[in-house]
Amino acid sequence: MSGHVHRDDFGSRLGMWLFLVTEMVLFGGLFIAYSYMRYKYPADFHHGGAELNATLGVTNTLVLLTSSLTVVLAIVAVQRAEKQRAIAFLSTTLVLGVTFLVIKGFEWGAKFHHGLYPNAPHLATMPPGEQVFFGLYFTMTGLHGVHVIAGLSLLGVMLWWVVTDRIRQGRYIHLENSGLYWHLVDVIWIFLLPLFYLAA
Amino acid sequence: MSEYAEPLESTHSDEHVEHPGYGTFIKVWVALVILTFCLVSLSHVSQSYAVWGLLTLTPLKAGLVFYYFMHLKYEGPLFKIVILVTLGTLLIFFALLFSDVAFH
Repeated sequence: MSGHVHRDDFGSRLGMWLFLVTEMVLFGGLFIAYSYMRYKYPADFHHGGAELNATLGVTNTLVLLTSSLTVVLAIVAVQRAEKQRAIAFLSTTLVLGVTFLVIKGFEWGAKFHHGLYPNAPHLATMPPGEQVFFGLYFTMTGLHGVHVIAGLSLLGVMLWWVVTDRIRQGRYIHLENSGLYWHLVDVIWIFLLPLFYLAA
Repeated sequence: MSEYAEPLESTHSDEHVEHPGYGTFIKVWVALVILTFCLVSLSHVSQSYAVWGLLTLTPLKAGLVFYYFMHLKYEGPLFKIVILVTLGTLLIFFALLFSDVAFH
């Protein structure tokens, strides 16, 4: 034990970015599938989009954009050793993230109520293009939702670390990397909004 | 080994020394909100406006998040190259799929 800890924040961020590009390829593949299916079934995608609640989609976009802002503001606060502000910003992010999931839950609940869920008997009676639309809708927003839950868990740990001073001025790479993940989740939603909610 | 052995650390935490303040990010957030409302308004005009909005405003919004919120503006060329190679790869897959579709 030398007591000498080597830290490489640049390498740490690079590692995070390399992980994030694999996420971009994962969702990118789904976006390519969506574009082909929309090209193949333009009218069905139009009808499918009309069944989604655009107001909820836009509200969730604003919620997620704001939660992204508060993460980046929390980093600024940590850089300036403003601990209470950092805690307030990160807590706001967590509240907004949970709000996103609650809105999403209501939205999916309403769809389920109308017989729209994967493998539903009612869905099987709909035109093939609409079946594909809802298949992609549940896959992509569901996968995104899993990422929101993962991001919230990570940011919850970051909040705890800020409180306990494990993250502080000059030592906040974990918060920065968690923030990067959260922003990517936001970027994916930026694409999901027009592809599904504004498709009608 | 102590987690808090700060005086002895060899640290590279300040390669990007220039830290932007709160104001920069709040301005970017305002721009993102305005662009979202533009996107929604365009989708109400007509289908072709909606598609153009999707193809222009959405990448612009994503670009703002990448460039400012994800601090790409303050990173060196390596990160930008990694991302451009990724987006280029996706574009190639996209082009390959649609060139196949075009010949069916």
